[in-house]
Amino acid sequence: MAAVAKKKGGFLDFFKNLFKRKERVSADAGERNNWKAWLYLAPVIILLSVFTFYPLINTVVIAFLKDYDYTTQVSSGFTFDNFLTVLTLAGKDASQNLVYKWNCTYDAALGSWVYNNGTELVKVYFQTDVLKYALPNTMIITFVTVPLSIIIALLISVCLHSIKAFQKIFQTIFFVPYVTNAVAVGMVFAVLFDSQGILNYIFGLGTYYWIDQTATHTSAMFALCVYIIWHALPYKILIFLSALQNIDKQYYDAAKIDCAGKFKTFMNVTVPMLSPQILYIMITSFIGSFKEYTSVVGLIGSAGTGGTNNMYTIVYYVYDCLKAPTTVSRGAAAALMLFVIIMIFTAIQFQVSKRRVHY
Amino acid sequence: MEYDSRNFIQKLFKMKSREEKQAEREASPEYQAIDTSSMTLVIKEGRANAAQLAKAQKVGRVISSIITYSFLLFMSVIILFPFYWMIITSLKNTTEIRASVQTFFPATVLWSNYITVFNTFDFVTYVGNTLLVGIISTIGTLITTILAAFAFARLNFKGKDLIFAILLATMMIPGEMMVITNYITVAKLPWYEFGVGLVNGWLGYTDTIFAAMIIPFWVSVFYIYLLRQNFKQIPNELYLAAKVDGKSDWQFLWHVMVPLALPTLISIFILKLMGSWNSYVWPQLVTAGHDSLRLVTNGLRSSFSTTSGEPQYGIQMAATILVTVPLLLLFIFFRKYIMKGVGRAGIKG
Repeated sequence: MAAVAKKKGGFLDFFKNLFKRKERVSADAGERNNWKAWLYLAPVIILLSVFTFYPLINTVVIAFLKDYDYTTQVSSGFTFDNFLTVLTLAGKDASQNLVYKWNCTYDAALGSWVYNNGTELVKVYFQTDVLKYALPNTMIITFVTVPLSIIIALLISVCLHSIKAFQKIFQTIFFVPYVTNAVAVGMVFAVLFDSQGILNYIFGLGTYYWIDQTATHTSAMFALCVYIIWHALPYKILIFLSALQNIDKQYYDAAKIDCAGKFKTFMNVTVPMLSPQILYIMITSFIGSFKEYTSVVGLIGSAGTGGTNNMYTIVYYVYDCLKAPTTVSRGAAAALMLFVIIMIFTAIQFQVSKRRVHY
Repeated sequence: MEYDSRNFIQKLFKMKSREEKQAEREASPEYQAIDTSSMTLVIKEGRANAAQLAKAQKVGRVISSIITYSFLLFMSVIILFPFYWMIITSLKNTTEIRASVQTFFPATVLWSNYITVFNTFDFVTYVGNTLLVGIISTIGTLITTILAAFAFARLNFKGKDLIFAILLATMMIPGEMMVITNYITVAKLPWYEFGVGLVNGWLGYTDTIFAAMIIPFWVSVFYIYLLRQNFKQIPNELYLAAKVDGKSDWQFLWHVMVPLALPTLISIFILKLMGSWNSYVWPQLVTAGHDSLRLVTNGLRSSFSTTSGEPQYGIQMAATILVTVPLLLLFIFFRKYIMKGVGRAGIKG
């Protein structure tokens, strides 16, 4: 059992076995290699320290800085305001003073939140982009595209595995989208989904606006999800197919002897045997779809339809925050929240997989 | 005397024994008429006999393979259609592209879109920039990857497992966490600019912007992992033999391990080059305000976004083709290396 796990689990297993397994010491190994080894590792460690480890810590720090401006590197202490702003629990009035939501009241006559600053009532503006658009969009993208693309990829790879003639050709065709540029193909999909485009023509939808400036949020999301699934298939098919080819024929013979039908064999043999790969694909594509950005840039070309930011994803928001020196810390707060969300989801999947994945 | 219940019951009800029944049957004229030489053995499974079953199975197989092939064919059409549409749209004029009746082949094949692309979109400069950035960052990555993978696969030192685990853990962290600080770093880090002296920040000069696009990408943890796996498969005996021959670790690495791991290195080279060709976010941030230093993908999205009125899809698609074709060529020539390099991730981890 352990040997199988080692062979199939790969780096996910590495973490599990890290503190259990004793690394086999090769014959030559000795302390004399010590300083030389560090020399070999030096370039990687230096580069990672500057461009990965330091940024990681620094981004967390920036997320908690008050009034941080990266051009001057000046801030006025630590605060949770950036997180509160992202979560619309803090807003700004017309003279850019920070106001917390719990100090405000909703004024129905003005149609806006107001705050009594001692002398008069002033309007308060909240940055709703994350809660209203970025977070829901990211969730929609994740929970629509990941399951659908996994199911379609599984179907295609099982079909591919079952055929003999033309298998190589089909395999190559299904891999082609992988070697394309996300922005470039996004622009092609923009042409396909154009109001005067081929999809409207084929399905007889007249001049339905999918992604143009007058399009609704739902139709733009639909087009985006179609594109993301199309672009996500090849990698999954490749992984599933090579895993299918590694399944021992014995299991299928046993299923045949038991007179199991095709669907039963698929559910009771193929899926459990593929479960390590399905877990791997689930985790990587969950992480990937939480970070969706270039597909929006390619397909929509801007942050949304109708002049709003309604196609924002969390990462799109983070990058938009880099445009001005003073919004960087808000971006850092959003990035940190994204990181926490990703970690939680990965942990949940690991927990679920403990019961479901058969190594 | 043994008690025989069957005989007792038969006698009780005056029934015939089995032997008597058989003898009676054989004596009947119908039985005499049966020609036993023409009889065949029939084995029944369910309601169908073996021949019917074989036939049904064959039909089932044909039907299922028809379904399989038509499903695969249908999906391939979906996969390939955007490419087809990209090509023919690039050969159409704007009125035909947005006509109410769509044509599946251009009425007049128009090459002028490509000429317009070369005239308006500084394709040659962008490709040059991309190749420069791509090749230098790829070579840098290969060097750091080979050295680190060698240390992890062959050498022994304190904290090896811990450092390797930390490295792998960085793969789970979204790059967006790093981008914010890295952007500030390259905007602030000192640099020696020839003819100017020490400058603060990398975003002011051509060479510094290139450095900003290249140096942060000289490390890839995933490729270190990939190459380490490959190095580990090289038998220990080779290392010992090299030691006997008086070779140093350094010589062994470059003369034995690197040639043996060449297929993996080629995979890494191509995948990394493709990554540079496709990179969008970081170059977009770093080259802001310096249009001549852009990479292809950035140029692609921005060049046609300013056109007012009707979108110029023909020209857009021509530019898209020019960006996509080099990737497809790379794929055609190095299909094996690309698919192996990408596929290995799933099998081993």
